[in-house]
Amino acid sequence: MAFFLETLIGGLMAGMLYSLVALGFVLIYKASGVFNFAQGAMVLFAALAMARFAEWIPKWTGISSPIVANLAAFVIAGAIMFVVAWLIEKLVLRHLVNQEGATLLMATLGITYFMEGLGQTLFGSDIYKIDVGMPKDPIFMLDSLFQGGILVNKEDVIAAAIAAALVALLSVFFQKTSTGRALRAVADDHQAAQSIGIPLNRIWVIVWCVAGVVALVAGMIWGSKLGVQFSLTTVALRALPVVILGGLTSVPGAIIGGLIIGVGEKLSEVYLGPFVGGGIEIWFAYVLALVFLLFRPQGLFGEKIIDRV
Amino acid sequence: MLYRENGQFKTSYRADQQIFPIAQDRIAIALLLAVAFLVVPMLASDYIFRAILIPFVIMALAALGVNILVGYCGQISLGSGAFMAVGAYGAYNFFVRFPGMPLIPALILGGLCATFFGILFGLPSLRVKGLYLAVATLAAQFFSDWMFLRIKWFTNNSDSGSVSVNNLQVFGLPIESATSKYLFCLALLVVVALLAKNLVRGAIGREWMAIRDMDVAAAVIGIRPMYAKLSAFAVSSFIVGMAGALWAFVHLGAWEPAAFSVEISFRLLFMVIIGGLGSISGGFFGAAFIVVLPIVLNQFLPAFMGLFGIEVSTAGVSHAELMIFGALIVWFLIVEPHGLAKLWSTAKQKLRLWPFPH
Repeated sequence: MAFFLETLIGGLMAGMLYSLVALGFVLIYKASGVFNFAQGAMVLFAALAMARFAEWIPKWTGISSPIVANLAAFVIAGAIMFVVAWLIEKLVLRHLVNQEGATLLMATLGITYFMEGLGQTLFGSDIYKIDVGMPKDPIFMLDSLFQGGILVNKEDVIAAAIAAALVALLSVFFQKTSTGRALRAVADDHQAAQSIGIPLNRIWVIVWCVAGVVALVAGMIWGSKLGVQFSLTTVALRALPVVILGGLTSVPGAIIGGLIIGVGEKLSEVYLGPFVGGGIEIWFAYVLALVFLLFRPQGLFGEKIIDRV
Repeated sequence: MLYRENGQFKTSYRADQQIFPIAQDRIAIALLLAVAFLVVPMLASDYIFRAILIPFVIMALAALGVNILVGYCGQISLGSGAFMAVGAYGAYNFFVRFPGMPLIPALILGGLCATFFGILFGLPSLRVKGLYLAVATLAAQFFSDWMFLRIKWFTNNSDSGSVSVNNLQVFGLPIESATSKYLFCLALLVVVALLAKNLVRGAIGREWMAIRDMDVAAAVIGIRPMYAKLSAFAVSSFIVGMAGALWAFVHLGAWEPAAFSVEISFRLLFMVIIGGLGSISGGFFGAAFIVVLPIVLNQFLPAFMGLFGIEVSTAGVSHAELMIFGALIVWFLIVEPHGLAKLWSTAKQKLRLWPFPH
């Protein structure tokens, strides 16, 4: 029982991190109808920038405090993501307005490749580490209930808390501010939003900026867990079934989808894996999402699409 | 001046609907085939065969298959690498488990395995489309990555999942030298390209295109989406599977599951985008481009940057390659969504009127 709970909690924690990456997908899809395949590359790019600046700033300025260095690196990486968002809007999206979803998807594939190449050219392609001072030691819970207690990673708990805070912040932003209202309006209907004077271009820049910051936070957390390296882009591939399961247009969907996928992955790996040779985590998530799609093509919280000729 | 169709009158519907209605095109294609089959084997060196020509021919075959699914039927697939893997390992199993199995039937059986796999993972396309489907096809990719690595039966109980074939021969002729490999792949490519061309200009090809352009409208006018989509998946994955088997058998000789990773799926999609969505010749252009570009970059980029006093490492070249691929894809999507094939046909159109633009 303790082992099961441990697996379950591990899955929930991993799921929270998947949701964080998935959130980036959902934000962009919600406000611009673009399925942003480049989210993984953005996570890598942001994490690389953060890791390198955290390393460079003490060297250049002589500041020795890691907190200041990390904070400055975070701000600089955030600023870089703003520039990236602006450039993407200016160079790519503006020219592809009103194209089909498939074309836009392929364009983001191009952006993915470009950013992977550029990120590694600018920041190097070794393994870097981000050290934001997260405690790594595990904690034991519910000692009295189970023999030996349940092992929980403190780092995971903090990461989950950050993710939850970010989600809460974003929901407030979407629901309460006028910019958030404008974003939702654009998501509903580009043309109608434009006709009442919402500047489409600016909205897109804002959305991509927000997605860039989400990517930065995700990159920071994943990076401090696994190290910053090229394989970080595969995190996005693991977050894709989350988006599909949760529905492309729903922020809560991304969260709950993430938790379901995280738990499903861990439980399947532990309880099903040994019978079929192990390593089934990654495709199990996809197949889970796929089977779900067969019954509800729009995902858990997605909007039902009505086709007209 | 030379490329004019004045005076070439068609007197029957049949003559009007030929693949190459203009006489100059027929001559050009015949010349091209003659060069590819006769002149190239005499001139090319072993290195050029192994590094450029054989990969180009096989990738062109695979791109042809992907183009049927993505370009003609509009079902975006990021799982082409999986279909190649299934074709390769399917053919391998038939080749190894049945003593005396000739090469061509093994390739075809491998293609049939891929067809089955393709239909299986094409089933979601009946319920979901576009972006959702693209992600769904990734499931095929990861599933096949896992399957060939972990299920030992498929790899004939080899430990690492790496397998090899040797003693390839067709009708008693050994396929060992680079020239014979090239000619074998080229012959297969020509046959399949001809079949594919006829398929896409026939009834079934028009059904695919109707589904691509607007599936709801297509269903309204009486095209069965299930039949059209699944047949596109079947034909496409058959061709891609055969290409995979060729890639493994003829080009690599010995391979492991990582040879057909998600990377190759992306590459194939790029070939189709850069070459031209929805055109048979597009696959050839795209494959040529994607096969040759890394080699050219490797040869010339360090030298070129050296002129400006910048040292470029091997890693730098591969990063530059990623950036150039990415930029090109975006550029093509914005400027010429129909790819190199469209540029080629525009050039031909201009030639017909040259030197008078109107």
